[in-house]
Amino acid sequence: MAKLKISDLAKIKEQVTASTSLREGGASVKVTVHMGTCGIASGARTVLNAVMDELEKSARKDVIITTSGCMGLCSAEPLVTVEKLGEEPIKYSYVDDPKMRQIFNRHVLEGEIQTQWVLAKGSEQ
Amino acid sequence: MKRFRQHMLICGGTGCQAAGSVAVKDALVKEIAKQGVADEVAVVETGCNGFCAMGPVMVVYPEGTFYVALEEKDIPELVSEHIVKGRPVERLFYKEPKTKEIIPDMLDIPFFAHQQLIALKNRGILDAENIDEYIARDGYKALAKALAEMTPEQIIAEVKTSGLRGRGGAGFPTGLKWEFCSKSAGEVKYVLCNADEGDPGAFMDRSILEADPHSVVEGMTIAAKAIGSHEGYVYCRAEYPLAVHRLQLAILQAREYGLLGDNILDTGFAFDLHIYQGAGAFVCGEETALMRSIEGKRGMPRPRPPFPAVAGLWNRPTVLNNVETWANIPQIIQNGGAWYAAIGTEGSKGTKVFALTGHVNNIGLVEVPMGTSLRSIIYDIGGGIPKKHRKFKAVQLGGPSGGCVPEAHLDTLCDYEAIQKVGAIMGSGGMIVMDDSTCMVDMARFFMDFVQEESCGKCTPCREGTRRMLQILEKIVEGHGEPGDLDTLEELAPMIKTSSLCGELRGPLGLQG
Repeated sequence: MAKLKISDLAKIKEQVTASTSLREGGASVKVTVHMGTCGIASGARTVLNAVMDELEKSARKDVIITTSGCMGLCSAEPLVTVEKLGEEPIKYSYVDDPKMRQIFNRHVLEGEIQTQWVLAKGSEQ
Repeated sequence: MKRFRQHMLICGGTGCQAAGSVAVKDALVKEIAKQGVADEVAVVETGCNGFCAMGPVMVVYPEGTFYVALEEKDIPELVSEHIVKGRPVERLFYKEPKTKEIIPDMLDIPFFAHQQLIALKNRGILDAENIDEYIARDGYKALAKALAEMTPEQIIAEVKTSGLRGRGGAGFPTGLKWEFCSKSAGEVKYVLCNADEGDPGAFMDRSILEADPHSVVEGMTIAAKAIGSHEGYVYCRAEYPLAVHRLQLAILQAREYGLLGDNILDTGFAFDLHIYQGAGAFVCGEETALMRSIEGKRGMPRPRPPFPAVAGLWNRPTVLNNVETWANIPQIIQNGGAWYAAIGTEGSKGTKVFALTGHVNNIGLVEVPMGTSLRSIIYDIGGGIPKKHRKFKAVQLGGPSGGCVPEAHLDTLCDYEAIQKVGAIMGSGGMIVMDDSTCMVDMARFFMDFVQEESCGKCTPCREGTRRMLQILEKIVEGHGEPGDLDTLEELAPMIKTSSLCGELRGPLGLQG
């Protein structure tokens, strides 16, 4: 990889914004599994495997699955964020394998928010 | 077969029947006869269509209009409007449940609403293992600014203006520390990060390293320019494998991008970073012991002065700051010291991260502006005590070196001096909430046990004295306390405190005194 110059920082920012933003990147949904130690200890890895499995089964190409660190509310882990194009991100708490599969099939694929497991919508900043 | 222009499919499932579909159907049949359209419209009773909660439900074809929660009294209007005049009755339509209004906004939830994120600004947002995502959130922009546009003196001035104080617990002004070190003579200087988070109940530093390791790398590199250092270490406990892994990846990626190593960002500045894994001795969180440990020696404190800014790692001038302190630096450089100093109290600026745990509803990582009251953290953010019949007893701050704050002092503000005044310390951010089922003597015993176990043994009063104090506390907890025990504790405490080298003991002994 080439060593960066200062001007390259802005270019990377542009590229990442383009490839991870839902609109410009061609994806319509982004699923983030929060995987700090707290998340992993309460089962985030199982949740990640479940969503990967469902994604494979669905054969959808416009869904991004990614991981992130602790979002602060450790007692409600595993936490998962589902962000659909043009909608506010939805945070699910206490997610497990079957819940993740249902969230994927009903919310990610069909747009039906699984209100019963939602912690909140939006983001902190 | 007779042909109808419209079909009205009314649900006759058990759910809809219970909700009154039979009466609705009868009313419907009567009404279409009354309005003279019985030959044109068929009323059909169907099986359950699954939407029982909104019953009685009816679909009108060929339009496919879906009516819900019908009542007998709605029928005349429905027939005359929809069937006779062809105008579907909107008020009886099925409406999408207003999930979006039902779901609270994140910032309507007190846990998030009362927080202000600086050190944790990227929490839960970026992929910690991908440097590009950090850069996309303006990462390394502060480093570019520091390297290309600022002199070391300007960097130090900015940090001094910010009023940032050491987040490891002692609260020494960070800018001042850097200034001392920058003025120390020597070609070789070191920048260190203390990630040997050892206080029971504390997990702030681990979470920062796991969620946003590049903020620490960037902060340390900025300091390197400020003091003229070209090499640094992160001393992280081996019990944090995920933090070590993500930090390791961050360092490798930063090196590949030329954000560490020679000629950083093509500015000619060189700095590289290594991880040193600690073996889990609490005393190695003490700065002089930490440095000895990196040198490959047994981690034990030494007397100060000389201070690390003059003679630290391998006797070279060294700046050591804690993870959270480092994570604040990039934003101070980017937004300016004055921006940071505008947050907080007179003597304590910016925000503080706490690991909120114990008998509290919301356990987690909390970042609040300095000046927030302990009560607000525990009740607004933490959601209070979980068991209804239990009451708050005390909150333990600052780990073994800290103290317990009872109800009477809960309105104390997050401020280094204010917390010290009520007998605890700000500490690194451990905050253990206890309800009234907690025995405070047992709490003292727990911390004394911890300190006794972790005493490095260098100072005899600590090594032997804590054992004796632990024995007395165990005796009291078992119900065999004797008159004079408290006097003995009170006599031992200041003696051990004043005749031992490091700060490990200040708190637990303060508990007694």
